[in-house]
Amino acid sequence: MTRKHVHIAFAVIALALLIFVPLGQKNYILYVLTSWLMFSIAAMGLNLTLGYAGQISLAQASFMGIGAYVTALITLAGYHWVFGWLAAMGLTFVIGLLLGYPALRVQHHFLAFVTLAFNTIVFLVLRNEDWLTGGNHGLVGMPRPDFFGISTGRNLQFYYFVLVLFVISAGVFFWIVNSPWGRAFKALRENPVRAESLGVDTRRITLLAFAIGSAFGGGAGAIMSPLVQFIEPGSFALIHSLKILLMVVVGGAGFFYGPMLGAAVVILLPEVLRFTDGYYLMIYAALVIVLMVYSPSGLIGIGQKLMQQIRPRQEVRKDMAKGAQL
Amino acid sequence: MTDTVLSVRGISKSFGGIQAVRDVSFDVQKGEVLGLIGPNGSGKSTLFNCVLGQLRPDSGQVTINDHKVANMRASHLNKLGVGRTFQQLSVFPQMSVLDNIILAGQEHKGSMASRLFGPSDAGLTRAADQMIAFFRLEHLRDEMAGSLSYGQQKLVDAAMAFMAGPSLVLLDEPAGGVNLTMLGSLKDRLETYNREHGTTFVVIEHNMEFVMSLCTRIIVLAEGEIIAEGAPEEIRANQQVIDAYLGG
Ligand SMILES: Nc1ncnc2c1ncn2[C@@H]1O[C@H](COP(=O)(O)OP(=O)(O)O)[C@@H](O)[C@H]1O
Ligand SMILES: [Mg+2]
Repeated sequence: MTRKHVHIAFAVIALALLIFVPLGQKNYILYVLTSWLMFSIAAMGLNLTLGYAGQISLAQASFMGIGAYVTALITLAGYHWVFGWLAAMGLTFVIGLLLGYPALRVQHHFLAFVTLAFNTIVFLVLRNEDWLTGGNHGLVGMPRPDFFGISTGRNLQFYYFVLVLFVISAGVFFWIVNSPWGRAFKALRENPVRAESLGVDTRRITLLAFAIGSAFGGGAGAIMSPLVQFIEPGSFALIHSLKILLMVVVGGAGFFYGPMLGAAVVILLPEVLRFTDGYYLMIYAALVIVLMVYSPSGLIGIGQKLMQQIRPRQEVRKDMAKGAQL
Repeated sequence: MTDTVLSVRGISKSFGGIQAVRDVSFDVQKGEVLGLIGPNGSGKSTLFNCVLGQLRPDSGQVTINDHKVANMRASHLNKLGVGRTFQQLSVFPQMSVLDNIILAGQEHKGSMASRLFGPSDAGLTRAADQMIAFFRLEHLRDEMAGSLSYGQQKLVDAAMAFMAGPSLVLLDEPAGGVNLTMLGSLKDRLETYNREHGTTFVVIEHNMEFVMSLCTRIIVLAEGEIIAEGAPEEIRANQQVIDAYLGG
């Protein structure tokens, strides 16, 4: 079996689990699973921007917010959800592209501050422009869509609807990161000057990394409107961008399954730790610190370390460098 | 049509009070292997970066394949057929050797859109494997570039400069920090490439033996100025050069 076969087998098993596990579950479990899928999509986008292309962004929740509000306004006006979804992704793509411009001039912590400020601006607009966004009261009553006469109104049906979107998003993500674009994103992360000297248009690739990553955020936001059927500015504040960042980093930035794993941990761990009462945040924070110290490449990184200990790779004799002596 | 691939006219560049390059002019003909030598700090890298549009010279003009390169972006210059390496080792450590080499060619294939919707290797696996074989790195093909020894990474770095089939290649200290055996093989590969493809080279190098045996013509820089120019034998015998090296 080649690596490719292992990957396909893993994807098939994972998909089967995603299809069968929710059957017969209570509404609460269905809600948690659905929001995990939704956050996985948002984290996938940030994984592209940050994990693959190396551009720090602390604004992913604001793109979810833009997507959620656009979808809410469009569906509340009586149009089908699909139009809201397309508009959400299109608009966040364009805004993400614009947010990418500062990244052409500043890097690292300066870029973090720029994106942080952007998140704050979006939050303030959502809160203050009552006429459009309902201000602090937010928007309520967004309908769940029908597709060819099939309703997604019940929680299990809605879960499967989101699962389909998740699979589409993961497929698109997989396609992009494995295309020559994906290689260019990684090259941008690893050594932008060298990449430019090899013909990579690093300006364009930087902007695309922001635009595509943001569009995934917008797509996730378009799910949130009909999922919770109530949106307010507080759901898209800076803290939620940090939460999505945590998902990417905990899972493993730059790995395909990283953000999905990270989203599961970030959403589920607080639930699991609830029995510890007031201490759960502290325990949670401590676990994250330990993880980052032990494995900066997240849980996937730990998995890889373990795999290598079980099955040491056939090391070429690098130190001797025999083979490359011509 | 002239046979002049690179023409440098009156380039000067200073950083604050330091005049790094002073009124330098030279031409490079097609197929030539030009060596650029000089003591540390004599302005070689600065001159390179002016030639490649990475730095903006205070005055002077650079023409490559009849294109003026002033203010041209490095990616654009690369598409005009100019490959280069940097003095610092510059590979993509978290990508496999194969991916490093494919990246070095992919931007020359098709359009932005075709690179998204086309095959994931941009149809370059065969060409990349040939380049990897040329530099005798086959056994390292699927290793992460960052896990290779310094000398092996230098070879990957050089291989990337050739992947797009450039007409002019500028190498900044390709032999720097490379052990003796590796040095011989690097020289052999560069010579072979030049012979087989007629590619023009400009090579900055500290290692005198390496330059003397590889290059067809040598320019010597000292304190930003050309102090000598000629065939390797002439340079070796030039008293001014000996003084600059031993005295400097
Ligand atoms: N970016 C820079 N800023 C200020 N001074 C520089 C810069 N780059 C080079 N220099 C100075 O210019 C001179 C030439 O440097 P360089 O071109 O790197 O020499 P070489 O490559 O021959 O060793 C040196 O005195 C160096 O300190
Ligand atoms: Mg130098």
